[in-house]
Amino acid sequence: MLDLLRLLSFGPDGWGDEIARGALLTVELALTTLPFGFALGLAVALAKDSQSRALRAAADTFTTVFRGLPELLTLFIVYYGGQMLFSRVAGYFVEGATIEVNQFLAGVAALGLVLAAFSSEVFLAALRAVPGGQKEAAAALGLSRFNAFRLVVFPQLWRVALPGLSNNWMVLMKDTSLVSVIAINDLMRQTAIAVGVTKQPFFFYLVACLIYLLFSIASSLVLTKAEQRANRGLKRAGGKA
Amino acid sequence: MIMSLLAQAGDGFLWLMSAIGLNADLMDRYGLRFLGGIWVTLQLVFLSVGIGAVLSLPLAIARIEGGKVARSVSFGYSYFFRGTPLLAQTFLIYYGAGQFRQPLTDIGLWWFFRDAFNCAVFTFTLNTAAYQCEILRGGIQSLPVGQTEGGKAMGLTRYQIYRTILLPQAYAVGLRPLGNELILMIKSSAIASVVTVYDLMGVTRLAFSRSYDMEVYLWAAALYLLMVEIVRRVWNVLERRLNRHQLLSR
Repeated sequence: MLDLLRLLSFGPDGWGDEIARGALLTVELALTTLPFGFALGLAVALAKDSQSRALRAAADTFTTVFRGLPELLTLFIVYYGGQMLFSRVAGYFVEGATIEVNQFLAGVAALGLVLAAFSSEVFLAALRAVPGGQKEAAAALGLSRFNAFRLVVFPQLWRVALPGLSNNWMVLMKDTSLVSVIAINDLMRQTAIAVGVTKQPFFFYLVACLIYLLFSIASSLVLTKAEQRANRGLKRAGGKA
Repeated sequence: MIMSLLAQAGDGFLWLMSAIGLNADLMDRYGLRFLGGIWVTLQLVFLSVGIGAVLSLPLAIARIEGGKVARSVSFGYSYFFRGTPLLAQTFLIYYGAGQFRQPLTDIGLWWFFRDAFNCAVFTFTLNTAAYQCEILRGGIQSLPVGQTEGGKAMGLTRYQIYRTILLPQAYAVGLRPLGNELILMIKSSAIASVVTVYDLMGVTRLAFSRSYDMEVYLWAAALYLLMVEIVRRVWNVLERRLNRHQLLSR
C-alpha cells in the first residue's frame, strides 16, 4: 500500500506532479470551452426563438446533429477534418503546405459545439419562461432591443437556466477526458502514461476517477452557491415568509 | 438465386451512392464492415441498457426503502458512476482486470474479462444502472404519498404496492428520461472503440487509418444520427401509447 502511495509522490520517482499537471490541463480545457459553448448556445437559442424560418431551421439542425453524434466522433471530425480543411486551404497559397491543428484548440472547438448544442435547449426553455410582458414593459420604457435583453430578459433567464447549465458543465467536465484520445496531456492521458511505466492500471485509474469525482463535488458546491445567489430576489410559497 | 439478388441490390446501392457523390470504391471495401460495426454497437447498447435496467431496480428501492447502510451504498455507487467519465471507468475495468489476472483466473472469471467487448458491456452496464437508478428513484419519489397509503388501506403487501401501484407509475414518469439514457448510451458506446472493440466507431477509425478519407467519418455520423433518430421516434410512439391516459389533460 505504501509503495503505491509513493508512486503518487511529487518528484522524479513519483507521478504526483505529472498527474497534477494533467488535472490542471483538464480544468483549463473545461474552463476555456465554457464561455464559447455557452455564448454559442445562447446564440443558437435566440435563433430558434427568432421570426426567421431559415434561422430556426439552421439552429434546429445544429442541435440535432451535435446532440446526436457521439462526442468522440465530433472530436475526430473536428480534429482530422480541420487538419485537412486547413491544409487544403494552405495548399492554394503554398504548394504542398500542411497545417497541424493544435490539439487543444480542436478539443475546445469540438467540446464547445457539443456544449452549445445541449445548452441551447436549456437557454431556449429559460427564454420561454420569461413572460412576454417583461419585453413589452422594457420596450414601453424605451429600452433598445439589446438593452431590453441585457437588463431585463437575461437576468431572469439566467435564474431559470442555471440548474440546467450546471448539468451541462458537469457533463462537459467528464467529456474532457475524451480529448486524451487525440494526444492532449490531460488528466486521463497522464494517467495512461503513468500506467504504461508502472504497470499499476487499477490504482492509477482509480486515482484519476477520484480526481474527476473531486472536481464534480467542488463544482456542485460552487454551483449551489451560484443558484442561491441567482435566486436571492425570489420568494417561494411555503417555508419562512 | 438469393445471393445473386443480394449482389445486384448491393451493386445498385453502390451505384446510387456514387451517383450522390460518395466514394463507392471505399464503400465497396468497408461497407460490410460498417454493418458489422453497427451490429456490435447495437449489442453493446442493448445488453448494457437491458442488464442495467434490471440492476437499477434494486438500487433504486434500496435508496428509498433501505436502512442506513443500503441507502449509502446505493448513493455512493450512483455518485461514483455518475461523477466520473465513462472513459476512465472503462480503462479502470479493462486495464485494471488485466492486473488481477491471477486472482480472476482462480475464481474462473478471467475468460470474461479477457475480452474487450465483455469489459465494455460490464462497464457500460454499471454506468447506465447508476443513471437509471436515479431516474427510477425520481419517478417513485415524485408520486404522492397517498398512493402508498391507498395501497396499505386496501391491505396490499409492500411488494404488491410496488408492483401494482408505484412502479407502473414511476416508469411512466421516467419513460422520457429513460429514452434519453438509451440515446446517451448509443453515443457513449463509441468509447468502446478506444479499448479495441470494433463497434461502429472502431470500424470507422480502422477505415480512416487505412484510407485517410474523411468521408468514412461522415458515414459514421449519418449512421449514428439515424440510430438516435429511430430511438427518438420509437420513444415518441411509446410515450403516446403508454401515457395515453394523460393525453386528454394536456
